[in-house]
Amino acid sequence: MPAYVAKRLLSVFPVLFGLSVVVFLVMSMIPGDPATAILGAYATPENVERINRDLGLDKPLVQQYFIWIGNVLQGDFGRSFALNRPVLDEVLERFQATLVLAGVSLILCSVIGLLAGVVSAVRQFGWADKLITFAVLAGISMPSFWLGLILILLFAVKWRLLPASGMYAIYGGGDLKDLLLHLILPAATLAVVAAGVIARLTRAAMLEVLRQDFVRTARAKGVPERQVIYRHAFRAALVSVIPVIGIQAGFVLGGAVYIETVFQWPGIGAMLVNAISTRDILLVQGGVLVVAASYVLFNLAADILQTMLDPRIRA
Amino acid sequence: MKRLFHRAVVVTALALFGVSAAAQTPPNVLVVGQIAEPKSLDPHAVTATNDFRILVNLYDGLVRYKDGTLEVEPALAESWTISDDGKTYTFKLRQGVRFHDGSAFNAEAVKFNFDRMLKDDHPFHDTGPFPLSFNFSAVEAVNVIDDSTVEFKLNEPFAPFLSNLAYPTGLIVSPAAVEQHGKDFGRNPSGTGPFKFAEWKSNQLVAAERNKDYWDGAPALEAVVFRPITDANTRIAEMMAGGIDIMVEVPPDNLASFRSDANLNVVEQAGPHVWFAILNTKQGPFADKLVRQAANYAVNKETLVNDVLQGTATVAAGPIPPAFNWVESYVEPYPHDPERAKQLLAEAGVENPKITFYVTEGGSGMLNPVTMGAAIQADLQAVGFDVAIESYEWNTFLGRVNEGLEGKADMAEMAWMTNDPDTVPYLTLRTDASPENGGFNSGYYSNPEVDELLGNARTSTDQAERAELYAKVQEIVHEDAPWLFVANWVQNAVTTAAVQGFKLQPSFLLHLKDVTK
Repeated sequence: MPAYVAKRLLSVFPVLFGLSVVVFLVMSMIPGDPATAILGAYATPENVERINRDLGLDKPLVQQYFIWIGNVLQGDFGRSFALNRPVLDEVLERFQATLVLAGVSLILCSVIGLLAGVVSAVRQFGWADKLITFAVLAGISMPSFWLGLILILLFAVKWRLLPASGMYAIYGGGDLKDLLLHLILPAATLAVVAAGVIARLTRAAMLEVLRQDFVRTARAKGVPERQVIYRHAFRAALVSVIPVIGIQAGFVLGGAVYIETVFQWPGIGAMLVNAISTRDILLVQGGVLVVAASYVLFNLAADILQTMLDPRIRA
Repeated sequence: MKRLFHRAVVVTALALFGVSAAAQTPPNVLVVGQIAEPKSLDPHAVTATNDFRILVNLYDGLVRYKDGTLEVEPALAESWTISDDGKTYTFKLRQGVRFHDGSAFNAEAVKFNFDRMLKDDHPFHDTGPFPLSFNFSAVEAVNVIDDSTVEFKLNEPFAPFLSNLAYPTGLIVSPAAVEQHGKDFGRNPSGTGPFKFAEWKSNQLVAAERNKDYWDGAPALEAVVFRPITDANTRIAEMMAGGIDIMVEVPPDNLASFRSDANLNVVEQAGPHVWFAILNTKQGPFADKLVRQAANYAVNKETLVNDVLQGTATVAAGPIPPAFNWVESYVEPYPHDPERAKQLLAEAGVENPKITFYVTEGGSGMLNPVTMGAAIQADLQAVGFDVAIESYEWNTFLGRVNEGLEGKADMAEMAWMTNDPDTVPYLTLRTDASPENGGFNSGYYSNPEVDELLGNARTSTDQAERAELYAKVQEIVHEDAPWLFVANWVQNAVTTAAVQGFKLQPSFLLHLKDVTK
């Protein structure tokens, strides 16, 4: 097991390296440049050249890349052009906020999704199943930024129960309760689609497992139904659902990009959107690397969890 | 067990909802909803109005715009003299003023500020880049005469100099703070302004508290907080939910509902902004003046400003915005007259001229560019133009337009905001301002008379004379129609009823010193 984990962890580096090359190329291929973004309407060729010189963007592309990767290997991710601030400071600060949002929403969607999936399977074709199936369809079909706005309108504007945006209250906030209050709407919005996907898969996996022999045997032995479902069947079904949760972690991280914009959550998604539009290539690189690394790690965690649940895979 | 669980849910819900979570801004602290996070709080390093709105509350310049005008009045400089040749400006500085970090404001500090921006070999020049430093490119040297006297030597007479000093690029930063923080000064700003910087939480807020020693009288507010809320819908929701006290740049579609809300006040102010379409005067149909005039008659600008922009703009007559009220212009906008447009096209001998029209998807000061573009297209088609729209994301758009329209397009949307009537025509309408020469005359307009007028207006230090020259420029350019003149933006803001003393300035800046809540 440790050897397996080590191997998987090592394989992260080529992925990240390849990714950094692709991002670098894409960022330099899209039209527009940081100098124009900084100067706006004042982007004369003369001014652009001056800014490019100041930022070191007048060097050939390959040289720029190697300077960057050389610095990264020494732990220096460079300075953001647009924010004039070390990339690492900005990325780490923003990534914490994303982790909180994505983490809570992942827990939320897993719990709701698994629960709904199990109930749905156990009460197949019953009213609970029909209700859940409908809710799942609605959840998956709903554009999340729209749902986010509707939730803001209802909970913040109409009923004034929850804050409309941000992560902490401006004054007197900063504690856990304050954070939770600000988390409810964005985390719920972000969880809806993933919860739907997980519910669907859990339902299918449970239905399959419930028809298998060992379940029948357990029932025949007189094991209480609740125990059959949760101890025996659910555990078996979980094996095929866990990798999906790992993939959903990626979707949740990706979805954070627009949910963070809607809710003004100070996370890395909103940061990336901004960095791309200002062609802030080093900040984009830093942000993408962190997101990609965490995606790979989430999946690794899911795989390990799956291996622990299912001895057959370990062999 | 089940009951216990239910009880736990109810208790948690009560704990979360029971205490009023309704957003309330704290008393005597003004929360401003901004459209984006600032790039930096170093006034010399930024270009966006969004950032300037914060900066003018943290810093002062040597001079500033008089309340409600674009005329210059003393600030950190108490008085000044201009030499007869217009090349030497001598400022007498206010004494006893200190930066927020405690260091003294004096002539050395002024010199440091301009040398940092303008001299490549200055030890702190690398704390840049300073994108708008060309506002002071006429400055040859800044000399310290004594502790409270500083002299600016210009290489040529440059009339907009004082106005440029009043612009945020002329705000004075603390040399001690720059020396201490280096490249990170933009996150650790120190000025002399009515509010001093307190905190910057990434993408959450910038807070500044009252400078009780402010030389011009301490502000009444205890603090101001600037919150970036990039999504316009979320910004509106925060305004309605009470999470912010002031919101700037209200989308036209929401203005009506805010106006009818008794708990909110809508504030409006015309500013020196002009929205236009550059016409390619070098090649294609618009090389003919008659066709350019036809386009100006064809487009119904009243509809654009009243329906598309819902009254958040007025119709533009020429390149000089009416906000420069000291320029007396008698030019009326082109009326909407499709018949006259058709007649002009016939006179020019062109039938169904084919036009490529560059439209941007967003951008600073561009108002509602996609809808505006479509409406203009429809009006032009109605008189016989054949218009193909190509739309680009702002950054890409700028790159394409700034290098000139030749060989690519006949027409491109554009907007400018300025502080002096010199800037826009000088950068966009002179023969020498062609893209090859590093200018913004992307439509290659050339009229020697206009060149001469602009040159004279720029070097004259007599305001009355300048006013006359710019009025003449307005007249000639209106007639030559190198642009499709469309709109002058009326900026707006919404405040809660509790906010008193809030005014928008024609400079687009946001002075909060005299605001109470």
